[in-house]
Amino acid sequence: MNLEFTPEEQAFRDEVRAFIAENYPKHLADFGMREDMSPEDMVAWHKVLGEKGWSVPAWPVEYGGTGWTPTQRYIWSEENARINAFMPLPFGVAMVGPVIYTFGNEEQKAKHLPGIRSGDVWWCQGYSEPGAGSDLASLKTTAVRDGDHYVINGQKTWTTLAQHADWGFFLCRTDPTAKAQEGISFILVDMKTPGVEVKPIKLLDGGYEVNETWLTDVRVPVENLVGQENKGWTYAKFLLAHERSGIAGVARSKRGVEKLREIAANETMDGAPLIRDFDFARKVSQLEIDLAALEITELRTLAGEQAGKGPGPESSILKIKGTEIQQRLTELTLEAVGTYGAPYYGSIANDTGSNEYAVGPAHAQHAAATYFNMRKTSIYGGSNEIQRNIITKMILGL
Amino acid sequence: MDFNFTEEQEMVRDGLSRLVREQYDWETRRKAIASSEGWRPEVWAQLAELGILGMPFSEADGGFGGGAVDAMVIMQEFGKGLVVEPFVPTVVCAGGFLKHGGSAAQKEEHIGGIVAGSRVFAFAYAEPRGRFDYADLETTAKKDGSGWVLNGHKAVVIGAPWASHLIVTARTGGERRDRSGVSVFVVDKSSPGIVTRDYETVDGRRASEVYFENVSVPAEALIGAEGEGLALIELVTDEAIAALCAEACGAMKVAHAMTVEYSRQRKQFGVPIGSFQVLQHRMVDMYTAYEQAVSLTYLATLRLGSDETERKRTVSAAKVGVGQSARLIGQEAVQIHGGNGVTDEYAIGHYFKRLTIFDAEFGNVDHHMKRHVALA
Ligand SMILES: Cc1cc2nc3c(=O)[nH]c(=O)nc-3n(C[C@H](O)[C@H](O)[C@H](O)COP(=O)(O)OP(=O)(O)OC[C@H]3O[C@@H](n4cnc5c(N)ncnc54)[C@H](O)[C@@H]3O)c2cc1C
Ligand SMILES: Cc1cc2nc3c(=O)[nH]c(=O)nc-3n(C[C@H](O)[C@H](O)[C@H](O)COP(=O)(O)OP(=O)(O)OC[C@H]3O[C@@H](n4cnc5c(N)ncnc54)[C@H](O)[C@@H]3O)c2cc1C
Repeated sequence: MNLEFTPEEQAFRDEVRAFIAENYPKHLADFGMREDMSPEDMVAWHKVLGEKGWSVPAWPVEYGGTGWTPTQRYIWSEENARINAFMPLPFGVAMVGPVIYTFGNEEQKAKHLPGIRSGDVWWCQGYSEPGAGSDLASLKTTAVRDGDHYVINGQKTWTTLAQHADWGFFLCRTDPTAKAQEGISFILVDMKTPGVEVKPIKLLDGGYEVNETWLTDVRVPVENLVGQENKGWTYAKFLLAHERSGIAGVARSKRGVEKLREIAANETMDGAPLIRDFDFARKVSQLEIDLAALEITELRTLAGEQAGKGPGPESSILKIKGTEIQQRLTELTLEAVGTYGAPYYGSIANDTGSNEYAVGPAHAQHAAATYFNMRKTSIYGGSNEIQRNIITKMILGL
Repeated sequence: MDFNFTEEQEMVRDGLSRLVREQYDWETRRKAIASSEGWRPEVWAQLAELGILGMPFSEADGGFGGGAVDAMVIMQEFGKGLVVEPFVPTVVCAGGFLKHGGSAAQKEEHIGGIVAGSRVFAFAYAEPRGRFDYADLETTAKKDGSGWVLNGHKAVVIGAPWASHLIVTARTGGERRDRSGVSVFVVDKSSPGIVTRDYETVDGRRASEVYFENVSVPAEALIGAEGEGLALIELVTDEAIAALCAEACGAMKVAHAMTVEYSRQRKQFGVPIGSFQVLQHRMVDMYTAYEQAVSLTYLATLRLGSDETERKRTVSAAKVGVGQSARLIGQEAVQIHGGNGVTDEYAIGHYFKRLTIFDAEFGNVDHHMKRHVALA
């Protein structure tokens, strides 16, 4: 038993670090999830990676994957997190891509996979509906066959970044008489098709990252059906279980704790650096301890995966603990900035032409917005309660 | 990175696991801890025979060349069966002092007996007013010719009633709580002037208050350099903490499994209580806490050989994290067992008690949180 990476893995880390240092767009370093990021910014790194052949590391090599081991992929995500890089959006790379190369036909693979790899085509995920969240199988959006087209009607919601999307993958009911899980199909929709309407939803942090998506008599050619009609639930579940690595966000949280320590060293309390205050410092230590445990738990999962044991329901642990830690981290960061957590920076014009905001220290600017934003992590991707249900069934056997 | 156990480690684990299952069943343990002796010397002899007691010693010292990971494997199995025999005081603590600080003559004198099971140790370090501070010592050792004279009172010395020898910490110089002036001695428990009051602990072990009244020990009793024992004590107790964390993991695993099983069998309102989501999610949180504790135990165990700061920080992280998990799992296990959980007859309460006492051994959650903060 040992925790050291092999010399090959160390060499891989060096290679990756050098590549990132040289190629990651400089103006995006430590950008994180800033509200003022343009769609071009969001795909900038994806495009660089597409050219290098590293944009879809987990895919099979024949479809453009890297053949990296799970550990190499872990190193990759760690190195990106070191500079808080904005990673390729998951909708194409981690979600619809694997569904297409696993269940799609040759035309679909040829048509869609290259754009996902290169970052030229922006995808969104049309699963959730106002009445179908955790209980996804109760979805109502219908697709009715009309000659060589499906006609889709319904409302999706929480469609992340659909305002920039070229394509979306949608779950639609194609057999209304079947049981809930049966009679659902997985359909690809060109977002420019007439009848598709996207309305942004403003979130707590003031940003617009999700949308309501209305589909009114949207005519989609039948060749956009992935796999078999009425078998969409199988593909949907495959997608949800796929690509869990990195779900814990360990590397990003480690970077976050470093940052929190920097902030707390610069804030003062009772005339001394905040980080010297024992009550505060112990909360930071608690976070670090929980994070250390999570890191080893993730490495143990990876080691299992590498030994051929698939990432089983244990990944639900990673989701639960990972998101709890992310939330506590952002909560503590907000606590650290004190009074300057209150200004709504979206309302403060940055008319000085510099990077300085008009009020407060730079490190306070995103603290509240990030805290508010991160409340989503225990809700989406299968809420933490749903993850507990999964562990209950699959691991505890209850 | 490698989380696999070696073939030998797997063999040790299987052997121990069988021994605990077959000869350390719940009824046998109950009888043993209620007996006047309070432990099972025949189990100790068997552990010696299996090579368990010699595992962490180098081959040169007469052991089997194992290390911290071996101790972890052993302790996990002990934890599963709530084994009371004094492996930690004897093998991990006394063994640790001899390994890291003992002279050739001291090793020669004691290690063989430990490995063979004929010498049993207790580690007398805590004092009534010391509270987790190894340097807060009122026990003194004064030079007397070439030897020393010990005076003082050691508190809750685990395993002392069974011990033939003691490892004793005492101040040979400096002021109370100074980092220098602390020395470590190995003492025959039958030395004149040693008086003990023996009692049971709430988690089924035996301990003593040990009083030293002008106890003369020879010069060779001093382990390591005079007055420089604290670093050695910290190293050995860090190893002991890693071992205890592994024991707690074993106990937590069983406590959790018992609880899940109980919730499957026990019916109320016409259904198994395991079908209530409010209990399911709590058992999931127990499971998650267990996995996190295992991870921190691995981390601490694998970092015992690192530089001092890294070692202390990861050991403290483990003691904090495992302590918190132990508390959560112990308390929830009892709660989900309902009234049966608070009876002496059900095993679950005894896991709870062991997991409770674990917290205060070699520093509780608060103490190690402070050390973690201080080392940031
Ligand atoms: C920022 C953000 C981005 C998203 N992006 C997308 C996207 O791109 N595409 C998409 O399709 N969807 C997306 N979603 C939707 C997301 O998947 C759903 O929000 C999620 O599945 C939860 O559904 P809900 O919001 O309807 O909550 P509900 O299902 O109504 O749940 C409400 C509460 O009840 C709890 N609950 C529900 N069922 C159970 C149960 N059986 N046991 C215990 N507790 C239960 C939940 O845990 C939650 O706490 C996004 C959501 C957010 C917040
Ligand atoms: C010290 C002590 C003294 C007592 N004194 C008396 C007395 O004088 N007279 C008397 O008649 N009784 C007495 N009792 C019994 C006491 O009332 C029961 O222990 C109590 O009602 C719980 O029942 P149970 O032990 O059978 O646990 P169970 O009902 O089997 O419950 C086991 C676990 O399942 C949980 N659970 C059960 N049902 C649900 C549900 N629907 N949803 C969620 N969780 C659930 C419980 O909260 C518990 O955690 C005493 C008990 C104790 C421990």
